[in-house]
Amino acid sequence: MKLYDGGKILIGLAVFLAFALFPFYNNFGKVNAKPEPKTDTPTILEFEKQNGKKECVEPKEFMRAEHMVLINNWRDSVVRDYNRGYTSNASHKRFNMSLQNGCMACHSNKKKFCDECHNYLAVKPFCWDCHIAPEEKEEAKS
Amino acid sequence: MSMDRRQFLKIAGISSILGFGASAANATHPMWVNDLSPQQVDKNKEALVAKRWAMVVDMSKFKTEDDFKKVFDACHLTHNVPDFRKEDGSVDKKREVKWIWKAAYERTFPGQENKYMSEHIKDMPFIVACNHCDNPPCVRVCPTKATYKLPDGITMQDMHRCIGCRFCMAACPYGARSFNWVDPRTAQNLKTKLPNREYPTRTKGVVEKCTFCTERLAVGKMPACVDAAPKGGLLFGDLEDPNSEVRQIVTSKLTIRRKSELGTGPAMYYIVGGSDHA
Repeated sequence: MKLYDGGKILIGLAVFLAFALFPFYNNFGKVNAKPEPKTDTPTILEFEKQNGKKECVEPKEFMRAEHMVLINNWRDSVVRDYNRGYTSNASHKRFNMSLQNGCMACHSNKKKFCDECHNYLAVKPFCWDCHIAPEEKEEAKS
Repeated sequence: MSMDRRQFLKIAGISSILGFGASAANATHPMWVNDLSPQQVDKNKEALVAKRWAMVVDMSKFKTEDDFKKVFDACHLTHNVPDFRKEDGSVDKKREVKWIWKAAYERTFPGQENKYMSEHIKDMPFIVACNHCDNPPCVRVCPTKATYKLPDGITMQDMHRCIGCRFCMAACPYGARSFNWVDPRTAQNLKTKLPNREYPTRTKGVVEKCTFCTERLAVGKMPACVDAAPKGGLLFGDLEDPNSEVRQIVTSKLTIRRKSELGTGPAMYYIVGGSDHA
């Protein structure tokens, strides 16, 4: 079998593959930094000092997997049914059902907490189009 | 491929079982279940509650320009309402967002003016806002149920659900609703510093209006405008409670409501004219 214009085709193919596979070989072997959301805000550290442990509304594993569902449910409960308090399944403590004044009162480090995972996973929740994120000092870029 | 009746029925049967199975799995997926139990959520103890919130506006208590300004500022700063200005400092009417503002007599009570009425009333500005109607046209037309009635009479809206169709603005006979044509955080008064960091702003493409300060009622405070108004200028209370101040005024004095002939059942009652003690 004869390959007509074989040289051009092979060069073309090589160029195409070089472009198409660029993302793969460019990142090959590199370790992506794992997202590490920080829970070391002053409020949380103070809580830890007084109670001997860190504690969120619900256990860490639940919050990690289901926080968006929980916040969605909170929102419906607040805006539709006028509720403001949420009693935890785990600790039976009552919390203010509010993203801006509840969650972010402790997690005042949106960049190191929320954005850490959201950026890693390229999800862009539009909470902050309206809700006001806590004021954070701009960190000097190293 | 040919298939006889028996084979066809077998495949159809198995597929439908699989299909139902899939939908059952979907139904139990936590994303689609509101799993807050009613015992888990509650209202604040300090919350102000009513069967039917209503406001009485006594314009005779508003004497100076400053009395008005205090009320408008209190509301608009509490709720991070953008203030769009043109370069010459005048209000940019095309982008204006307002929750509470003043309107002339013939705009407030159209059809109620007459040739011989006192110049004083004709020229008097009236404080107007959302009337939180009993039968709000905005709620009827909202295609997403983003705006709705709360059991205490407040016409509330869920900004998360608003798709910005502006049907409610067309429906509202009071012009109480404003559309965010641009990102409100680009307005001069919000750009550098947000006045209230405990309340959200809105985003581009949603409609907003007065909420009778549901977020303040929930923590036991009166609406911001009521607190900022001169004494007795704006009264807020439960119309269904025979002992409340608003009910006693509405029962004992002549009050008028805006365009009540439309059948919307507005909950803003105006005392017009008379002396200070009227």
